[in-house]
Amino acid sequence: MHSKLALAAIVLAGSVLAYEGQALLAQYAPSEELPGGEVGTTDDHGKNAFSLPYPGLSDQQKTDFVVGNSFFKKAWVEAPSSTKARDGLGPHFVAQSCGACHTLDGRGAPPDFSNGIQQEQPMALLIRLSIPGQKPDPVYGGQLNNRAIPHVKPEGQVQIKYETITSQFADGTKYELLKPHYRISDLAYGPMHKDIMLSPRIAPQMIGLGLLEAIPEAKILANAAKQKADNKGINGEPNYVYDAFAKKELIGRFGWKANVASIGHQSAGAFLGDIGITSSINPHEDCMPAQTDCKKAPSGGKPEIDDKTLKQVILYSQTLAVPTRRDADSPAVLHGKQIFKDANCVSCHTPSYKTGEFKAIPQLANQTIYPYTDLLLHDMGESLADGRPDGRANGRQWKTPPLWGLGLVHTVNGHTRFLHDGRARNLMEAVLWHGGEAEASKQYVLKLTAQDRENLLTFLNSL
Amino acid sequence: MKKLLFALFSAGLIASSAVQAVDITPQTVLSQYGSLVSAGYQDSLASARDMQSKINAFLANPSPETQQAAQAAWREAREWYGQTEAFRFYGGPIDSDTGPEGFMNAWPLDEAYIDYVKGKPKAGIINSKTPITEAKLRSLNERGGEENIATGWHAIEFLLWGQDLSRDSAGQRPFSDYSSAPNAKRRAEYLKLVTQMLINDLASVEKEWQAGQRNYRAQFEQGGQDSIKKIFTSLGTLSRGELAGERIEVALDTQNQEDEHSCFSDNTHRDIVVNAKGIQNVWEGRFVRRNGEVLEGASLKALVAQKNASVADAVSANMLSTVQAAEAIEAPFDREIVGKKDAAGRKRVQAVVESLKNQTKELVNAAKELGIKRLNTGV
Repeated sequence: MHSKLALAAIVLAGSVLAYEGQALLAQYAPSEELPGGEVGTTDDHGKNAFSLPYPGLSDQQKTDFVVGNSFFKKAWVEAPSSTKARDGLGPHFVAQSCGACHTLDGRGAPPDFSNGIQQEQPMALLIRLSIPGQKPDPVYGGQLNNRAIPHVKPEGQVQIKYETITSQFADGTKYELLKPHYRISDLAYGPMHKDIMLSPRIAPQMIGLGLLEAIPEAKILANAAKQKADNKGINGEPNYVYDAFAKKELIGRFGWKANVASIGHQSAGAFLGDIGITSSINPHEDCMPAQTDCKKAPSGGKPEIDDKTLKQVILYSQTLAVPTRRDADSPAVLHGKQIFKDANCVSCHTPSYKTGEFKAIPQLANQTIYPYTDLLLHDMGESLADGRPDGRANGRQWKTPPLWGLGLVHTVNGHTRFLHDGRARNLMEAVLWHGGEAEASKQYVLKLTAQDRENLLTFLNSL
Repeated sequence: MKKLLFALFSAGLIASSAVQAVDITPQTVLSQYGSLVSAGYQDSLASARDMQSKINAFLANPSPETQQAAQAAWREAREWYGQTEAFRFYGGPIDSDTGPEGFMNAWPLDEAYIDYVKGKPKAGIINSKTPITEAKLRSLNERGGEENIATGWHAIEFLLWGQDLSRDSAGQRPFSDYSSAPNAKRRAEYLKLVTQMLINDLASVEKEWQAGQRNYRAQFEQGGQDSIKKIFTSLGTLSRGELAGERIEVALDTQNQEDEHSCFSDNTHRDIVVNAKGIQNVWEGRFVRRNGEVLEGASLKALVAQKNASVADAVSANMLSTVQAAEAIEAPFDREIVGKKDAAGRKRVQAVVESLKNQTKELVNAAKELGIKRLNTGV
């Protein structure tokens, strides 16, 4: 304890030299270096930084990880085929593999635009559909599938247009944001419902998901209680959703609206919804009554992915390690960390937890982790709203996404597109889109000096 | 200087005791590593060029004989490329963000993405109107999924052998696919182009490892502990994550032909041997070249042995038994992996996995001796 204090004093002294007259440096705990805890952190900072398993896995878990990885990244093909283990693609689908959207287990981006023209159909950006009353569209179902196997029609195509919004920081520096507008064209089965609601969602990176699953529910609820007690206008709410594996309602942790409680449910759901692969949990192809070509398409087995393989993919998805922090104790990072705190970003982006028991992977218990999320829903304001409810989430609420690994997205995926639909072209734009409950934090950032803005980004990129 | 070193090492007279007399420092180990990598890519490039000339001869005059000669040259070139895979997994010239590895060795590939397959005579780029140009093929590679492979070793392999539809032999693509079959001309153009692209990619990597240049090698050799860590990462990841894991355990688990590495040529058993050999080369600081020359010098093993000889010996012993276990796998690999748990073939393949796992544990220990914690081994 004593030596830690001394260290902090030295760091602070250093800061006065480097940042004369500015806010103090935040403190630094050595455990922050390992955001995924002792069992769940990897040292790789290259292209594969998001693709490595928790170092604490057993031999058998490592084998399951490898096989799960293979089924995560290799493409499913249309049935019938000689690739027996991997046939059954579609009939409708968005992608041929999990890895097509979560490239290198990383984050997706919106489609390429050049000269303001959309060059391709989105891959890692899917569109959820519903009509008021949280019902699926009667003709197209709960999700748009913009691809299909031969002899089946893709449901439609996604058209995106960006509108440029110009504004400025308090110091006069101008910035531009891109506001997307979505439209579905080439509808194959007639018009959609007149009240159709579209909710675009981008594929997030896969790291540390098992650790998030191991956070005790009580700690998530404690976040909400603390926000209320702080009385700063932040009112996080949990989502509660049905879980197909637990067969009951659980607190939501995953997905942009916390609309999924477990990685198992998420994996089986994505297999059916995104690739068209049935499982024992979701035994029927997602063909709507009017989609006769879809109903007639051959199946790749009943179910198309067996339970053993599905379990391996789930374990894989739960056990991707979180990269170690970079330069976590440098003055610029600690300065940015202080700003992050002063702007009250920490209220929702809750830095750390101690994980609880986790039956599926016992090693994940009692780990000190740094995901920077409260896993709660927040009103993020009108400009981010998609207007579409999801479980208990209303059309303005989004779940606080974890921030760990943020600084390596560019290294892994070659882009820096953030937020639920990838509209932000960099981290500062992502901050500037914040509104609603986060309005005061954004106002704080707008008043920062250029140097302080830089420090804030340096901190975020060290995560 | 380079010549002198070569003369010294190629004499082959330096017994291991004499090698230990050489000053073993991270610096000398890195410099020997640089020589090994450079020689490895030179030999790989030269053997790939031999393959290219055999493929050109086949395309100029398609016949069973010229096709077999091209196939034999592919297998021979794989012997050299396979050993270079021990130089991957740390973001070097081969697999940095812009490195060509994905264009060279990606697998498994969806055959129908390139050419016809059983039941789909019009499938693939070859049977479409897609222009067959380098830019186009590069843009199509791994598009929409890692399995959509348009280029590299396995694309060439598929174009030479075709789908492997039989239990006991490799693919049986008729040579007439390159003379009288539909789209024969486009198929030939495609094969010629992807072969040239492979040569170009290999040459670009080879250049980065040439001695005495301002290139990646020059930087790497100055990298000290960081570069030592990269070498360990490479050996650990190829041992565990890639070879034991992706290339063998997945195939053992699914018992599926599609999950074997060189599935068209039934050459997977050799891929495994030369990968294991490549790992051993790096660890021992030793490489036997195509012309028989032996490169030998300051090794990672010796560097570790200075700290803890028994840990270093354990790694060496494990690597030797891995190579031996790999050599015991019988071809074709796709038959070895089929059957119950105690089937003789599966046991032979499983033995390689176990040996690779052990050698990875020993490598992690060895890395610790040099102060490297948390070594990444893929899994």
